[in-house]
Amino acid sequence: MRSKFLKRVRALDVHLVLVYLFLYGPIVMLIVLSFNELGLPTAWGGFSLKWYGELARNTALLNAGINSLIVAGGSTLVSAVIGTLLAIGLERAVRSTLLDAFVFVPMIIPDIVLAIALLSFYSLLKMRLGLYSIMLSHIVFNIAFVAAIVRTRLSYFDPSLEEASMDLGATQIKTFLKITLPLILPGIMAGALLAFTISFDEFVIAFFTAGPGQPTLPIQIYSMVRFGVTPDVNALSTIILFISITSILVAQRLSGMRGVL
Amino acid sequence: MSGNGPLVAIRNVVKRFGSIVAVNNVSLDVQQGEFFALLGPSGCGKTTLLRMLAGFETPDSGEILLEGEDLVGVKPWKRPVNMMFQSYALFPHMTVYNNVAYGLREDRLDKQEIDRRVREVLEMVGLLGLARRKPDTLSGGQKQRVALARAIVKQPKVLLLDEPLAALDRKLRVEMRLELKRLQHEVGIAFIFVTHDQEEALTMADRAAVMNAGQVLQVGTPQELYELPTSLFVANFIGESNVFTGSLKVAGDDVTVVGAERAWRVSAEASRRVGLKDGDAVAIVIRPEHLQIIPAASGQETNGLSNTATGMLIETAYLGSMRHYIVELDDGTRVMAQTQAGHIFDSLTEGTRVSVGWELERGVLVPADDEALIEGAGLSGAL
Repeated sequence: MRSKFLKRVRALDVHLVLVYLFLYGPIVMLIVLSFNELGLPTAWGGFSLKWYGELARNTALLNAGINSLIVAGGSTLVSAVIGTLLAIGLERAVRSTLLDAFVFVPMIIPDIVLAIALLSFYSLLKMRLGLYSIMLSHIVFNIAFVAAIVRTRLSYFDPSLEEASMDLGATQIKTFLKITLPLILPGIMAGALLAFTISFDEFVIAFFTAGPGQPTLPIQIYSMVRFGVTPDVNALSTIILFISITSILVAQRLSGMRGVL
Repeated sequence: MSGNGPLVAIRNVVKRFGSIVAVNNVSLDVQQGEFFALLGPSGCGKTTLLRMLAGFETPDSGEILLEGEDLVGVKPWKRPVNMMFQSYALFPHMTVYNNVAYGLREDRLDKQEIDRRVREVLEMVGLLGLARRKPDTLSGGQKQRVALARAIVKQPKVLLLDEPLAALDRKLRVEMRLELKRLQHEVGIAFIFVTHDQEEALTMADRAAVMNAGQVLQVGTPQELYELPTSLFVANFIGESNVFTGSLKVAGDDVTVVGAERAWRVSAEASRRVGLKDGDAVAIVIRPEHLQIIPAASGQETNGLSNTATGMLIETAYLGSMRHYIVELDDGTRVMAQTQAGHIFDSLTEGTRVSVGWELERGVLVPADDEALIEGAGLSGAL
């Protein structure tokens, strides 16, 4: 019995290792390359931080990075507020499953469809494109992500907590600020972090709704790639990767929903 | 404010949820300092009634008066009423101390006053040592005490308790009944509590209202409810009973209930009590402890028993201080009897031929309400 059990575990272990290799091999390669003196994928010239230095001097890339931070930060802030209120409304007031489903559509429909729709919509309104138009577009899908995560948090929320607060003399607004908000805050933070991560490296929608001369980071990297990857992109990717992984881990911990994110 | 009137007066209150009438024209009085139970099966409207008292639901019609003033339309945070929730609803992000102080802070009392009162009430429930703990580090019994402390610290005119003991395990539940009763005496606040557990209501309440399908069927002391139920539902819901149905036949002081197989005698007083007339469909309720068993072989007389029948003992159960017997009468009806352990018939075995009977005044007459009567005549209650 015992040896049979061990055999099964070993087979699964091998499987696990292969899957992780498949998933993370190329990414590990990228990280290693970012520290390669030669900057080539074909030869190792020794460990170096040269390309991180190069990156610091690449103003086009840095500006694009700042643009991405503005878009991601702005859209996250706005969607955190709207998404939270939406989640509360859906959880407490709305009884229509159809309406419920439609809230999450922007999360699911292909980016390209949303991108085309937004672009046509903006041109219909004769809106000038710029960072704010990307931000607006990102708010569209980020609201859905924030609302989805806050809702799972709310579904564990005992409504009698709010009733107890009102029973003890707190008005509805005070109850929201002193009881509801602190208790769903981890969910809001998790939703916001996820929104930020998605927005920061979003390409398709940003590409369609960006104005001239103000590229976000993914757009800038894309345009650089067409003329051949410079090794400082590896350095930048490594930095972004670590920021993304950290915020996903924090979001996961905050929302207490391992396996969902 | 009226000095002599009831503390809480519920007048013709109706509450509907969609097509369901949750509370159907309920009127009740609760007196100052009273421990009052709202008792009934789940879905009977008792919790809705409690929530209307707290202000979480608004009646569709009727009045809820507290010391003569109508509470309908008054927001929960403005009512001098506090509630202890079934889930306790302790704020998980606050310490025990801050949970209890929450309501006092909302009242903007000064710091020393808040501190004094929080300590006082925590001491009363024996939790002063746990003031700095968060709720999720407490046991079920401790949480319950915090919830209670938080609800009484504001010294409300009425304390509402929604199934206050339901979340505790059985042993603790029995202990807490006495504890709650003690506390209620100590603080002198009127308690209105909701429960589906008739034993809980009987042991704790000064008076109880038995509810079913949105209506109050009977209000009375535990003794009145147990000994003189006015409906078959109450008789079945509170304690266990043997039920015999038939139609009432009144001939002067000679009153009988004519069933399918035979007739049973009833005291004239019993028929007058619930205002039943000749020809009404009625049921006789006999509590198991009032049904006497006499072994046929014992030669003992069944004198003094007004209604007797013969049958066979088919089941006995030893319950420590009690012994339960189930007897199948010759007409097939099953009845239940109960004696104190140590009774002379302790050695009766299954299969013994017996006579059963009861004293005339032990038979309680109630209308044979079709809805509550599920299996017709015979044994009902918790079997």
